[in-house]
Amino acid sequence: MSLADVVASELPPQINPALPPPAFTAEQAGHLIACPLCDALHEEREIATGETARCARCHAVLEQPRSMAMTRIIMLALSALVLMIAAMFFPFLELSVAGRVQRSSLLDTILAFSNGMTAPLTIAMASLIVILPTVRFLSLVYVLAPMAFGHRPARHADFFFRLADHLRPWAMAEVFIVGVAVALVKVAGLAHLSIGPAFWAFVALVLVTVLKDNFMCRVTVWKTLETRRS
Amino acid sequence: MEDARDAPVLTARRAGMIACTECGKVHVPGPERCDRCGSRLSSRDETSLQRVWAWLGAGLVIYVPANVYPMLKTTLLGKTTNSTIFGGVVDLVHHGSYGIAGIVFFASIMIPVAKFIAIAYLALSVTHRVKLSPGKRQHLYEVVEFVGRWSMIDVFVVAILASLVQLDFAAAINPGIAAISFALSVAFTMLSAQSFDPRLIWDASEEPEQ
Repeated sequence: MSLADVVASELPPQINPALPPPAFTAEQAGHLIACPLCDALHEEREIATGETARCARCHAVLEQPRSMAMTRIIMLALSALVLMIAAMFFPFLELSVAGRVQRSSLLDTILAFSNGMTAPLTIAMASLIVILPTVRFLSLVYVLAPMAFGHRPARHADFFFRLADHLRPWAMAEVFIVGVAVALVKVAGLAHLSIGPAFWAFVALVLVTVLKDNFMCRVTVWKTLETRRS
Repeated sequence: MEDARDAPVLTARRAGMIACTECGKVHVPGPERCDRCGSRLSSRDETSLQRVWAWLGAGLVIYVPANVYPMLKTTLLGKTTNSTIFGGVVDLVHHGSYGIAGIVFFASIMIPVAKFIAIAYLALSVTHRVKLSPGKRQHLYEVVEFVGRWSMIDVFVVAILASLVQLDFAAAINPGIAAISFALSVAFTMLSAQSFDPRLIWDASEEPEQ
């Protein structure tokens, strides 16, 4: 019986609290991939560039190789870093009431909570909007740049790629942009508002981030890391 | 389609193997960490449900002050008004900006409450029999995971307003104490959702009918 038959055949539905004896040898297991969400086993196959492999049971994406993905992710992460610097220091929104102009940059927004009881939120804001996205971009570049140039992976590359993956839900740049839109409308009745250059830098940043995450396929990156290491 | 989803399939656990949830590599039991990506290996995360309930409880408790205390302190010509999350929505409706009122209502009231219910339902579905099929429950889990961070909008709005509207006597907006508890509540529910091991959803459906 071939490996594919074993995987395809339906086993009697019984669950042991302890693990049953392994059905495959370590060598056979090398040709298997498990769905990270539902644990279903699949036979590992070469996935052509541009195609998407999904779990047969829960339809979660298993592998999604894209052409030039590594180079594209690096380029996008680098542009995101440049945009982040621009977004930090240029004015973000301008408010003018009766001849007075109030400018606010991203830095001011982060410091908005720094007085009184809400001071701890300053750190959280800085992390969610600036620090964590930046750490993510930097670690992606660190992990992928040596691989795109055909070198061996950098030291601790697996730690930094895991870090980038775990930080993903906590990097909230795009949530912030929608927050700006809501704030714009809230104040619109009170005073005249105009959007500064940093706002557009931030919108570009969000678009670049979304594009980058679309190119990224976790399993493909891990497999490349593994083959390059040996 | 539904049939294909619910048909028993060979999982890594049933084959006596341990799969890495980070990179999908299948291991023979033994190593503590995945040799491809270095993540910690476990067939099932036994403490998953405990952590889900703990974070969920923390998120629920701290959601109460988030709604009771003021989120925004608005000073107009020397007169200060405090507004809670719900009060802010009511104000927006009075001003006629229904769209924004809808977004804020949705992001800061509907989504957090729906998330509490959804996470509790998912955690209960592991130990109790429920109507929803595993496929649909996993979909629910993915939605909860995706939507969680968007509740942070209101905290960001408060920060932006507070940094922007500082016109001395004429008008000033300052953040209220509810901002911090709301932010914590969102963070705790995100942690709760992340603690959930989605593989548990499918295990229950694999047990024999009694």
